Amino acid sequence: MSVVLEARDVEFSFGQTPALRGASVAVEAGEILAVMGPSGSGKSTLLHCLAGILVPDSGEILFDGSRVNAMSETQRSSLRRDRFGFVFQFGQLVPELTAVENVALPLLLSGVHRKQALPKARAWFARLGLDGLEERRSGELSGGQAQRVALARGLVAEPQVLFADEPTGALDSLTGEQVMDLLVGAAREQGTTVILVTHEPRIAAYADREVMVRDGRVNAPDRIAS
Amino acid sequence: MSVPLTLLGLLEREPSHGYDLKRDYDAFFGRGKPLPFGQVYSTLSRLARDGKVVISDVAPGSGPDRKRYIITDVGATEVEQWLTQPVDPEPHLQTVLFAKVVLALMLDRPAADYLDTQRSAHLHRMRELTEIKRAGSLVDALLADHGLYHLEADLRWIEMTGARLDALRKEVRP
Repeated sequence: MSVVLEARDVEFSFGQTPALRGASVAVEAGEILAVMGPSGSGKSTLLHCLAGILVPDSGEILFDGSRVNAMSETQRSSLRRDRFGFVFQFGQLVPELTAVENVALPLLLSGVHRKQALPKARAWFARLGLDGLEERRSGELSGGQAQRVALARGLVAEPQVLFADEPTGALDSLTGEQVMDLLVGAAREQGTTVILVTHEPRIAAYADREVMVRDGRVNAPDRIAS
Repeated sequence: MSVPLTLLGLLEREPSHGYDLKRDYDAFFGRGKPLPFGQVYSTLSRLARDGKVVISDVAPGSGPDRKRYIITDVGATEVEQWLTQPVDPEPHLQTVLFAKVVLALMLDRPAADYLDTQRSAHLHRMRELTEIKRAGSLVDALLADHGLYHLEADLRWIEMTGARLDALRKEVRP
């Protein structure tokens, strides 16, 4: 498999506080990678750099051979919209929109016509066990339902890479595992690469491989032969 | 896994032949480690000797599997006691890991690296169990969950120990 996304010796500080101190990691196409580490270790900052949300102070982010850190804000914005998908700890659904409109949002923002976007979004509801919830607003959904809607929104545009930052952090164990089961199943079906930030080992166990972030550096354990 | 008590428990559902008991044991509890026929019959003989089961009838025909076993009140009481009694919490789960960490610190070896390797091995096993959960039945998932939660507890201990290594080093290498 080929490397699709890579951080090379990335450094990033929030003001005077260093968050990443030479972090390097390479992710293969179609791989599900868990990024683990204690609170404040820099794992979310690494995800934000890989996703082109933050620009490193030094080092490189490479996506499909292109230097993300050298792109303009507009170029990075298009990259995030067209090639990447996102799921966060709290679904961050738009409360004024219905569930199906929330799922269709990435397509609508990419210029897909509403007539095409909504049926495509609707198709995800059966797939994720959300039948009948299409017209509900986020306030009318349970935590698990809202997170599945957020997952559908993250995957609807068939992104090359899905960034999931503690996607089950706000859910109970069983609901969290159901969401992970759906996430992994859908990502594998689409061939989507997943960067999964989590501090929970049981969630990381859904990934193909894990790396540990500690003090702003990435420690990738030797692979253990299956 | 207590084979005699599990067989007694299976007999509490209904009187059964040794063959049926083995089949059900293997299906629900064997998990890839089937119970040998010899062990089934020797266990049933001991249970009969101790008055926990009786042979209700012997069907005509050849082969050893013609006896039907029925649980007695003594046997049913034992199953009841076993089910209601909590399993002893294991106080020394971390003995080996604990000893390795303390020794590594005493010998000025890289304890943090050992913990990293252990974490990686634990996560590798957790991935295998997660795959079993995703592909298997609910009974498989139940067993896999048991393993996953225990491994997770170990990992929490590993994280906590990793965070305390500097302080621990001072304590074991004064």
